[in-house]
Amino acid sequence: MKNLLSILLLCTGTILAQSGQLSGNFQSDFQLYLEDEALDFNLENPSSGFPSERFLSNGFANIMYTKSNFSAGIRYESYQNALLGYPSGYKGEGITYRYAQFSSNGLDVTVGNFYEQFGSGMILRAYEERNLGYDNAFDGIRLKYSPLKGVYLKSLVGRQRLFFDKGEGLVRGLDGELSLNEAFVGLNEIKTQILLGGSFVSKYQKDLNPAYNLPENVGSWASRMSINHGRWNFNSEYVHKYNDPSAVNNYIYKTGNALLMSGSYSKRGFGLSLAAKRIDNMDYRSERDQNLQNLIINYLPALTKQHAYSLATIYPYGTITTGEMGLQAELNYKVKKGTKLGGKYGMGVLANFSNVYAIDKQQINASTPLGTTGTLGYTSDFFKVGDDKYFQEFSIELSKKVSKKLKLIGSYINTEYNGAFIVGYSYHGMIYSDIFVLETQYKIKSKHSIRTEIQHLSTEQHEGNWVMGLAEYTISPHYFFAVQNLYNYGNTDKKLSYPTVSTGYNNGTSRFALSYGKQRAGIFCVGGVCRNVPASNGISLNITSSF
Amino acid sequence: MKNTIVALAVLAGSLSALAQEKATIFPSVNVKSIEGKMVNTNTFENDGNPIVVSFWATWCKPCAKELDAISEVYDDWQDETGVKLIAISIDDARNAIKVAPYANGKDWPFEIYLDSNSDLKRALNVNAIPHTFLLNSKNEIVWQHTSYFDGDEEELFEEIQKLK
Repeated sequence: MKNLLSILLLCTGTILAQSGQLSGNFQSDFQLYLEDEALDFNLENPSSGFPSERFLSNGFANIMYTKSNFSAGIRYESYQNALLGYPSGYKGEGITYRYAQFSSNGLDVTVGNFYEQFGSGMILRAYEERNLGYDNAFDGIRLKYSPLKGVYLKSLVGRQRLFFDKGEGLVRGLDGELSLNEAFVGLNEIKTQILLGGSFVSKYQKDLNPAYNLPENVGSWASRMSINHGRWNFNSEYVHKYNDPSAVNNYIYKTGNALLMSGSYSKRGFGLSLAAKRIDNMDYRSERDQNLQNLIINYLPALTKQHAYSLATIYPYGTITTGEMGLQAELNYKVKKGTKLGGKYGMGVLANFSNVYAIDKQQINASTPLGTTGTLGYTSDFFKVGDDKYFQEFSIELSKKVSKKLKLIGSYINTEYNGAFIVGYSYHGMIYSDIFVLETQYKIKSKHSIRTEIQHLSTEQHEGNWVMGLAEYTISPHYFFAVQNLYNYGNTDKKLSYPTVSTGYNNGTSRFALSYGKQRAGIFCVGGVCRNVPASNGISLNITSSF
Repeated sequence: MKNTIVALAVLAGSLSALAQEKATIFPSVNVKSIEGKMVNTNTFENDGNPIVVSFWATWCKPCAKELDAISEVYDDWQDETGVKLIAISIDDARNAIKVAPYANGKDWPFEIYLDSNSDLKRALNVNAIPHTFLLNSKNEIVWQHTSYFDGDEEELFEEIQKLK
């Protein structure tokens, strides 16, 4: 056995040594938590989440080997123990991802773990948001094949990652895409580009439920189209899911569907996009009893603006997968140089509007309440808007370079936020807020810059008004220093402030950041994923690198 | 046991031999053009001149700052070195339709592609964006940098000049 191992290692070593490339990356986050009287963040108050370990850390490293048409890789992850706000399923350490992939004669084969997306992802998307602990990677087999020019086929079978384990449900998927322009010689040179696509996805999980006869196989299909004509773009995708009683939809037997349509027009200095969507009972997981962010098969994008300013992230929108409909429009415009408004350098304008409503839901008959377990749940008129408004937002941002050294960015955001529906706030009713932000960027001398932000959020509801200030000094290409404070001065219950100081060092692909201060409690979202983070105080160190 | 040690030593030796190899070739991954065309990254070319590949997204402020800064000096860079910048957006279905209007609204003169499920980002071991790569005439990665501070583009330009 030992000899066999040696030979194997020897062979591997020799093959590796011949050529090929090794690459990888690494990230590690450490946090020391400090007791805080104002936040009531301490061991005596278990509901504050204060960790008895006092010190927590997350880390991972990816290592990948590539040689011509072959690649293989592994990821090691460690949570000892996971930072506050991470899903509790992340505990311990181990190899969580390993794969081998090769391609020959147009056939691309992956065995082991992989990420994948069909179309927009509304029928199937495996992806990761490592900083939020989201990872629904498949473990199985994926094939990609292009039999003809302009025809792209994909198939997969696999089970999904659930922290350090896997879900029991099997997922099978097929996807095809046809580029008319590439496939047909006569269309090669025409200006209009047309793409058509279709998918079929099915999941299997044994039915052990004593009370109901649940479908063990749940199928879904999608069709999509994208048309481009010069400055014009149009995309649409429709998904249909067969009946899928689950914990999230309260075990109703209704089918689900989703429609996403978007279009845009743009030319140098001007861009406009419009998007609309409707989602009805589209939560889709490879285990019917799961909830939160676990074992999700598809991705239902929130059609709202993704904000970067910290006060604008206090009321974030997350898709309500059981049903919603909404619109979004965005305008980008550059006021020309030399005009009255544009001045010497021009001015950027970015305006966004979005809204989200409930879908129409009617009882299936007079004696059955809405959403009753074991029934068809409800009926819905596709074009009718429901009674509840979930969200609406209007924002405008003006950015203007005043001189060679100074740039100003001003923003206004008006939000209506129905937190009880979106993130389950105990505060009921609409939260109306207005946010003003002024950001300045000033170049002191070559490679030395200072950036400041002043933000104000006003609302009569929920936690009341907030003010925020930030100053950041950077020395290119290595150093930054920053101080900031958030102050919830309008809170009638407790007027808390959250000061933080931080510094960092960058060198090539390595980055070290050290910060000390307080973190507000709240819902933090990146991409399509949100997590609830408790208020805390502490010192944190983050290190990332790649090679 | 002895054999295992020998084998491990050979493996260690091979790995260190690998570590000495410098040139990393840009990976081959499918991305989509703004027009919706499937494009393999092994077709990226610039007549033997350097290529800059920069990862960004419509929601990433430092990314926009970096691309704005390069956009202002891009004509001069091109005249002097013939460099081309390829901007890879990792926006997913939430923002994909906004990518072209955003880039056009900012009047960016770059070639833009969508990596909507981060396949290329993963193949290049990018942890966070902005992350910028510099490729030589053989599409080998000769320099890379993560995050953006005001003035970082000057260091990038010095690296581009070294390739001429």
